[in-house]
Amino acid sequence: MAINSQIEEIADPELEKLKELYADKGFLVTNINNLINWARAGSLHWMTFGLACCAVEMMHVGTPRYDVERFGAAPRASPRHSDVLIVAGTLTNKMAPALRKAYDQMPEPRYVISMGSCANGGGYYHYSYSVVRGCDKVIPVDIYVPGCPPTAEALLYGLLQLQKKIRREGNIKR
Amino acid sequence: MPDILENTLSTIKENCKINDGFIKYEQIQITVNPEELISTLEFLKDNDICQFRQLTDIAGVDFPERLNRFDIVYHFLSFKNNIRIRVKTEISENSAIQSITQLFPAANWFEREAFDMYGIQFTDHPDLRRILTDYGFEGYPLRKDFPLTGNVEVRYDEIEKKVIYEPVKLQQDYRNFDIQSPWEGTKYTEKKDTE
Repeated sequence: MAINSQIEEIADPELEKLKELYADKGFLVTNINNLINWARAGSLHWMTFGLACCAVEMMHVGTPRYDVERFGAAPRASPRHSDVLIVAGTLTNKMAPALRKAYDQMPEPRYVISMGSCANGGGYYHYSYSVVRGCDKVIPVDIYVPGCPPTAEALLYGLLQLQKKIRREGNIKR
Repeated sequence: MPDILENTLSTIKENCKINDGFIKYEQIQITVNPEELISTLEFLKDNDICQFRQLTDIAGVDFPERLNRFDIVYHFLSFKNNIRIRVKTEISENSAIQSITQLFPAANWFEREAFDMYGIQFTDHPDLRRILTDYGFEGYPLRKDFPLTGNVEVRYDEIEKKVIYEPVKLQQDYRNFDIQSPWEGTKYTEKKDTE
């Protein structure tokens, strides 16, 4: 029962008895909330929103060297298939409505990882006439990954942080 | 190599009406009046000695203090002779220059970019509209009098449920760092050291 150690355990003697009874027979007893959080954290299909050089690092994360698919994450080409949107690169004014549209098309529950300085706060182009000063002006962000560009490990760490967040506060309630 | 350059330049000087022509860093540069631009480029393209068949780039340069405000710079490559040429011409803010898309179809998007960034008008261009900046963008961003941070910024509006435009409001003013004082907040650390 490692996965639900964070969530409140119901101290029910009947439940404990059940757990003991089935533990050696190939069954796990848990509550539905933990099960769904485990499933959500373990299948984070990300929307490939590559905008600049960060996109190259995002590609690296999917390649066999870092192999993010071992955490259950896989790139999806459509926002309607994806759970997490990785904003990888400089978000320009012209692109902002398109990003919002992609985000609006994603089914709930949806998460956003802002990757790199430009997506976090404009970065190098903060004072530019054509760049959005942080993608959180357009969509709500869960995890900020710093760096210019962040290494593939950094993005991987961000993804693991997101999994942690889902396990901690994920909820099946709408 | 220098022989070809000298030979080409002298051919151009003999046959075209150019204001200035010289060779620098193994590249020819000529300056022409806007009226002679088309005829000169036609010669550069079709003449057997020149054969500048490929248009590499078109650039604009802004000199706000000058009467003829804009420089337009054309770069060509002659792959037969393996030499390059730079053709410069200047126009004022309110005049237009003849498009060279009839001679070089590749000029289409370059001229659109020059129009987008500097507001240079090209006559007889098949499709002169903005190419890079935002839809409905106002102003010409590479002009020297255009503010760096522009005039509008975007954000998502929860009430209107769409991305809206607002006047620029910077959280932190633009700061000019230089090599003498690369960081503005060092005074209090100096005080700390003396204490």
